[in-house]
Amino acid sequence: MTDSAQTLERLAASDYQYGFVTDIEQETVAPGLNEDVIRLISTKKQEPDWLLEWRLTAFRNWLTQQQPQWARIHYPPIDYQAISYYAAPKQKGEGPKSLDEIDPELRRTYEKLGIPLAEQAILAGVAVDAVFDSVSVATSYKGKLAELGIVFCSFSEAVREHPELVRKYLGSVVPYRDNYYATLNSAVFSDGSFVYIPPGVRCPMELSTYFRINASNTGQFERTLIIADEGAYVSYLEGCTAPQRDENQLHAAVVELIALDNATIKYSTVQNWYPGDAQGRGGIYNFVTKRGLCKGRDSKISWTQVETGSAITWKYPSCILRGENSVGEFYSVAITRDYQQADTGTKMIHIGKNTRSTIVSKGISAGHGQNAYRGLVKIMPTAENARNHSQCDSLLIGDQCGAHTFPYIEVQNPTAQVAHEASTSKISEDQLFYCRQRGIGTEDAVSLIVNGFCKEVFKELPMEFAVEAQKLIELKLEGSVG
Amino acid sequence: MLEIRNLHATVEGREILNGIDLIIRPGETHAIMGPNGSGKSTLANVIAGREGYVVTAGEIRFEGKNLLEMDPETRACEGLFLAFQYPVEIPGVANLYFLKAAVNAVRKYRGESSVDAMDFWDLIHERMDLVKMDESMLKRSVNEGFSGGEKKRNEVFQMAVLQPRFAVMDETDSGLDIDALKVVADGVNALRSPERGFLVITHYQRLLDYIVPDHVHVLVNGRIARSGGKELALELEQQGYALYNEEPGRARRAA
Repeated sequence: MTDSAQTLERLAASDYQYGFVTDIEQETVAPGLNEDVIRLISTKKQEPDWLLEWRLTAFRNWLTQQQPQWARIHYPPIDYQAISYYAAPKQKGEGPKSLDEIDPELRRTYEKLGIPLAEQAILAGVAVDAVFDSVSVATSYKGKLAELGIVFCSFSEAVREHPELVRKYLGSVVPYRDNYYATLNSAVFSDGSFVYIPPGVRCPMELSTYFRINASNTGQFERTLIIADEGAYVSYLEGCTAPQRDENQLHAAVVELIALDNATIKYSTVQNWYPGDAQGRGGIYNFVTKRGLCKGRDSKISWTQVETGSAITWKYPSCILRGENSVGEFYSVAITRDYQQADTGTKMIHIGKNTRSTIVSKGISAGHGQNAYRGLVKIMPTAENARNHSQCDSLLIGDQCGAHTFPYIEVQNPTAQVAHEASTSKISEDQLFYCRQRGIGTEDAVSLIVNGFCKEVFKELPMEFAVEAQKLIELKLEGSVG
Repeated sequence: MLEIRNLHATVEGREILNGIDLIIRPGETHAIMGPNGSGKSTLANVIAGREGYVVTAGEIRFEGKNLLEMDPETRACEGLFLAFQYPVEIPGVANLYFLKAAVNAVRKYRGESSVDAMDFWDLIHERMDLVKMDESMLKRSVNEGFSGGEKKRNEVFQMAVLQPRFAVMDETDSGLDIDALKVVADGVNALRSPERGFLVITHYQRLLDYIVPDHVHVLVNGRIARSGGKELALELEQQGYALYNEEPGRARRAA
């Protein structure tokens, strides 16, 4: 075998630096799922009756549904009765009133993860909501944002403080009966973030939620709801990590975005859940439903995702383009190595006139990784002059991995223009030799070439996070060149 | 600075180089000419350490060190540069970024800190003028969508920035029109110095009108059939290579 081929093989060894466990007293509900558990979650969160009813309706519906089988992913059956549906760090007394009162152990955890909870910290200009297992533990810059009328808080708090907004929009984009995992989430969702940007307000900082799974044998079922009122703008970023464990853990989140007239929502994800070890043991099952509704005219929703973690990723951030002239975008980098599997893509549903969508998907497979792009572009009869451009590129590193593309196109209006481009390439020996002849070692050359491959997507990320994403990819590809 | 002794090499089991002897001293520019399939590009690739080119006998010493023991990146960091016959495209990687990565890799090898951003910018601008390169080429992806001439010019530009001790130019003239050829040759000539050596590989004499070599070697069937001064190139231009194909081709040491 040639040198660089050996190096490429070695890139299959993993090193996950967020695999530690926080030693904190937790309150965990015993494993199992029934109506009593749902009532318990709802009571713990002091929820109004309508929300409990909504959860129970979802749960009853879920019992009638089957786990979807169509994705190109393989895993043993999940025992939903073996999972605990609620875990929270035990609160001493009343709970923190300000950021200074947060349990120091939790503060240290987030510091270790590089997420400062203190304001004016490293990531100046970014407001953070930190979700630890089932609850939100801190939200920074709340006061400053409130001056502009912006609501940025945990989902539980929103239910208490802004019930009219939650009730109006919850389930309006992803109905409780939408799909198996979204329905499960609707029944048992724990916490997440809530954002409301009032008319005409441009949110002055990046809003960010950091999700951390800590407890074992638990599932994480967060729910995020973002509403941009007329003429509003917001850029939102989520990041996620979890400890290194041998058993698989389930993460089934739902994200709903609503953009009214002239509003723009930019939603970026850097997903780095624990991917499992080099033999494919453990890791997070990431089964997520994300959907945005461009409700108003001239509205825009843009999804950017960098998916590096999880044993299995199953997610299709989508846009429903209802408003005239509305715009949907999906930029994705998904990287799989070792025994990771990803089946990810998007749905662009064109309903309004002159709606436009862009899809750029970059899949990278290394080791035994399997990577599938699955996408739907649907042009409804009402969508006069709709346009879509899709580009799906796959990059293979080594010869044990796989890349697959499943584009679905349904056009019901003859004025539509839909274009799809796809490519699959390998990092060539020629490219590697060219870099090495200029003094750049094989490992650096691979990450240089991969980062180049991802550039179109990285440039959509907010600046600091683009740098983070690039580093993450480098770390991800790091082998052990002797 | 480069000593090649009795070099034999195979590609996919086929013997391509059959005992090459060549010595190049600092400040010298040598030209290797020869018909297609004579082993010219194989020699370039063996010197640079490309995989698949297997040395079966002989040695190459570079500045007294055993070159064949080094991997390609170490050779580059030691100051060896290959201007590719077919420069490779690297989509999404800006030319400027690539060059900076290369410069820093070499600096790291030498135990130096990363290049200062302002110093690098000054160096880039000075070297761009040398090959009459447009600033927009810095932002474009490495060789992606470049014309044949732009690719070759980019090779000379990289060489100008990296400032190697020794450079091998593998058919840098192929596919160039006369204007591009002049620009490339001017770039190379500007880099010639008493410390730097060049090995210019070409099929045609034309390039040697602009890059005037100190020595010319004729490579036939994997051996140096004849060596001489720059006038040898002119002779070849008139007589062609046919003569050499019949000759037993005794290897001669370059002066």
